[in-house]
Amino acid sequence: MTVKEIFETMEYGPAPESAVEALSWLVDQGDCFGQFIDGQFTDPGASFDAINPATGEVLAHLTQATAEDVDAAVAAARKAQPKWEGLGGSGRARHLYALARLLQKHARLFAVLETLDSGKPIREARDLDVPLAQRHFYYHAGLAQLMEVELPDQRALGVCGQIIPWNFPLLMLAWKVAPALAAGNTVVLKPAEQTTLTAMLFADICRQAGLPKGVVNIVTGDGAVGEMIVTHPGIDKIAFTGSTEVGRRIRVATAGSGKALTLELGGKSPYIVFEDADLDSAVEGLVDAIWFNQGQVCCAGSRLLVQESVADRFHVKLRARMDRLRVGDPLDKCTDVGALVSAEQLARVADMVAANGAGAAHRAICDLPAAGCFYPPTLITGLAPSDPLMQEEIFGPVLVSTTFRTPAEAVQLANNSRYGLAATVWSENISTALDIAPKLVAGVVWVNAANLFDAAAPFGGLRESGFGREGGSEGLAAYTQPRATAKPLAPVVAMPAGRGGPVDPVDRTPKLYIGGKQARPDGGYSQAIWSKAGALLGQAPIAGRKDVRNAVEAAQGAAGWAGTTGHLRAQILYYIAENLSARAGEFSHRIDAMTGKRHGAREVEAAIQHLFTAAAWADKWDGRTANVPLRGLAVALKEPVGIIGALCADEAPLLGLVKAMAPAIALGNRVVLAASEPFPLAATDFYQILDTSDVPAGVVNILTGPHADLAGPLAAHLGVDAVWSFSSTALSAEIEAAAAGNLKRTWVNDGLAHDWFDADLRPFLEQASEEKTVWVPYGA
Amino acid sequence: MTTTEIAATTQLPLVSDPRNPGLPLDMAWVRAATANRSAIERRCASLPARRSVKKDYQAAWLLKAITCIDLTTLAGDDTAERVRRLCAKARQPLRADLLAALGFDSLHTGAVCVYHEMVAPAVAALKGSGIPVAAVSTGFPAGLSPFALRLAEIGESVAAGAEEIDIVISRRHVLEGNWQALYDEMRLFREACGEAHVKAILATGELGTLKNVARASLVCMMAGADFIKTSTGKEAVNATLPVSLVMIRAIRDYYDRTGIRVGYKPAGGISKAKDALVYLSLIKEELGDRWLQPDLFRFGASSLLGDIERQLEHHVTGAYSAGYCHAAG
Repeated sequence: MTVKEIFETMEYGPAPESAVEALSWLVDQGDCFGQFIDGQFTDPGASFDAINPATGEVLAHLTQATAEDVDAAVAAARKAQPKWEGLGGSGRARHLYALARLLQKHARLFAVLETLDSGKPIREARDLDVPLAQRHFYYHAGLAQLMEVELPDQRALGVCGQIIPWNFPLLMLAWKVAPALAAGNTVVLKPAEQTTLTAMLFADICRQAGLPKGVVNIVTGDGAVGEMIVTHPGIDKIAFTGSTEVGRRIRVATAGSGKALTLELGGKSPYIVFEDADLDSAVEGLVDAIWFNQGQVCCAGSRLLVQESVADRFHVKLRARMDRLRVGDPLDKCTDVGALVSAEQLARVADMVAANGAGAAHRAICDLPAAGCFYPPTLITGLAPSDPLMQEEIFGPVLVSTTFRTPAEAVQLANNSRYGLAATVWSENISTALDIAPKLVAGVVWVNAANLFDAAAPFGGLRESGFGREGGSEGLAAYTQPRATAKPLAPVVAMPAGRGGPVDPVDRTPKLYIGGKQARPDGGYSQAIWSKAGALLGQAPIAGRKDVRNAVEAAQGAAGWAGTTGHLRAQILYYIAENLSARAGEFSHRIDAMTGKRHGAREVEAAIQHLFTAAAWADKWDGRTANVPLRGLAVALKEPVGIIGALCADEAPLLGLVKAMAPAIALGNRVVLAASEPFPLAATDFYQILDTSDVPAGVVNILTGPHADLAGPLAAHLGVDAVWSFSSTALSAEIEAAAAGNLKRTWVNDGLAHDWFDADLRPFLEQASEEKTVWVPYGA
Repeated sequence: MTTTEIAATTQLPLVSDPRNPGLPLDMAWVRAATANRSAIERRCASLPARRSVKKDYQAAWLLKAITCIDLTTLAGDDTAERVRRLCAKARQPLRADLLAALGFDSLHTGAVCVYHEMVAPAVAALKGSGIPVAAVSTGFPAGLSPFALRLAEIGESVAAGAEEIDIVISRRHVLEGNWQALYDEMRLFREACGEAHVKAILATGELGTLKNVARASLVCMMAGADFIKTSTGKEAVNATLPVSLVMIRAIRDYYDRTGIRVGYKPAGGISKAKDALVYLSLIKEELGDRWLQPDLFRFGASSLLGDIERQLEHHVTGAYSAGYCHAAG
């Protein structure tokens, strides 16, 4: 076209970013990559190809790691770890700073290589992926520098296995590597087989930065390599970002291994538009929410919920905006939507949309390249929550939509999902927005924005979107463990059956405590509890799976507890302490009678202390404001986890139960407690204390019986949000495996003892709360 | 939408829509207008990175920008001779050799914009060129002279040959929330303009909030403005991308509901060719190609042309240019 013709049409024309430097870098590397182990590349075996999804062109040859490679990587990491941790925070900070600087110096090379390998638009790679990755290393250089001061009682976990997805290859590498290194760990990282190249460039950068050998090891290949990492006995923690399906398999595979685990999985995040929103800005926000990275974003705002009164207007505006999106060459600076990562992903998205017969679909009117993995931005309106596309993650540029009438209905529809990663709320009314944000089941909520990220703000999910947080001090903590080491926990067995008679002059019937009422066990069986001297102390009910069901139902009925004030919960905890104190002698005597020891009085006193401490924390377990580069607030709230099932300590019949219960309910959780298996009668006495202390029905539920029978139903129950086990029965593996169902959080003892007299409740409070980051950009 | 050929005296625009007849004041619509500043700023921050115009395309876009410039002088020391020089530049904004190299025979700016006293010399200087003269009016820039005089000033400028009148609104009506007063004032200004097109200067730098900008834009369009314009160039803050986004979204909303296209003129502070490209892409993205013509889009600028000339010479020759190589205005 001549200038004169363009003058008439006012087309944008091509604006290609040059790939020359990136391709030359690949040539310099021989177009072949082996594994990066102990500071050097192994000989390449060229077993699979790096393919540009926009063109189908082969970019380089990559090598599937063998079990020996993974062993060598783990061994190198293990060998390097003590010295790396021994560098101290400030020593590690200098290395992280150097990595950040080198990422910046080679910013364009990283961006172009990322675009070639993944199909994402160069604008995104250049303006989001690479700068956010740099920021992550800078931020964590700072966290490393401050670690001895901020976390004096914590140390590194050791060797971390990290498995990252193909949607943000370099950024997810940064999210994994930076905090692990900052805390003094060494890593074995596996990039996704579709997008390995920027990890190879990062390996090159590690050498340039003078990073000690073995601190970062990168092995390449498909899920089989991932599995080798997950099951490797030499690895202390697995950090995974990827699909919920694989995350669930990892949860099962690592169950009982003692490996720390964080999972950042799928999502179907709601995008709520109220009638008083700035509708044009909310439409533009959707471009960032669902057409960012072709919708291949775990936290994509993929489920549009629009208030009925503005739905038609909003959809008209949205369709018009879609038709202006430019789909095509990812290296063109004017491209909004690039290529999907692979032909397989393209087929998956196309099949899901083709299988949908509901609603009305609008495919953006745009030119698609003739070849390559391109899919048009698509909107499907008029769906109902029961349509599969409203529930299932598509992971492509496809937005589904339905309407709501009221704020309450918006919350109900938003939370009607297996996932809980992110959510967006659009309203110009601050009261509406700030009322809705905390009610959304999501780890991240954006008010009048979408897909804002920063190293300082915790990111992570709830429900089947996984657990654990990345970013901020919370993310760093997930790569540490206490300096103090725990001792093995010996099984605690019940007293043998004696020959004596009952100690109570009048027969007493301990029951289960469910929904504020005493309940007989569904099975109708009881178990005799004997004293050391052989006296019959009582008959404890044997609870079974139906009693677990009933207890969880009762806990579900007490959902209002989470909405009470910390002040009120403190008052109730003080009241429990007061009533326990009034009957201290009786409890002390009971404990001594069951255990045959003389710790009862001390245990009761410590339980009262824990109740006071939990009451003290109830209105002080504060969130924080994250220092993000934004005019606005990013508030990391501490929210209750929900319903916690706990198998209480066998060895400390009252103290173990109180230490699990008090911090949990202090923060607004509801609990289902399985009492000490051998010594359950302190727990059944304790519900009388609860009954007289204004604890609302269903907040605390107490079961007795064999932990082995209760652990499975509790851990598998989809209505339970977390399971803790302090049992002396070896149940950690079973619980962690069963928890994979809804990916509930677990906190198990792995056969190690806990000091129940330790006055510090913070580890319990951390387990009893979940960070939710609410982003609120503002501007008058 | 029907379009009609406009008077043959003007070369550009080639086609023009019917003028905006206005509407009764619709307060429900006005009150519903909102603008989320953070979101608008994010959009404006990402747009320049999302759209890039290179090589021949950039040259064509810069030529388009020239045709959309209201070449302006609004200084206390303006003289008839000074204005004649400016008009000569408006007739031949680009060196002939560059124009030829780009495949064009002739090109001129969108208009020349002056104070009332300079209208007559400008009209004389532009005779036969097809370039309209725009007059700033109604007590420009503050708009606080007696109302009758402000109306009379419009009449005088029209009588002197101005085809476009850039009026200033009473900012106090916006700040006091007196939308009816703003509407009535604008209606009367429009009537006083007769056949001359009226551009409503909102002086957005003095309106306090983007929400006020959105509402004032709608009220002025309802009262019959042919164009809405950001600034006088005399406020502390003149045209910005966020203000522009709010105003053009109001224009889009008005078009969606009425089918009437209102024009947009950012003024003040746009002095770089690169900025002009961003503005054009903002218009293209949010309003569409139809608005990329001088009958619906103008830059109010005095020094922008100089930078565009230098950039076009660089495009043609490959060497960076200097100001003295191009004729003064």
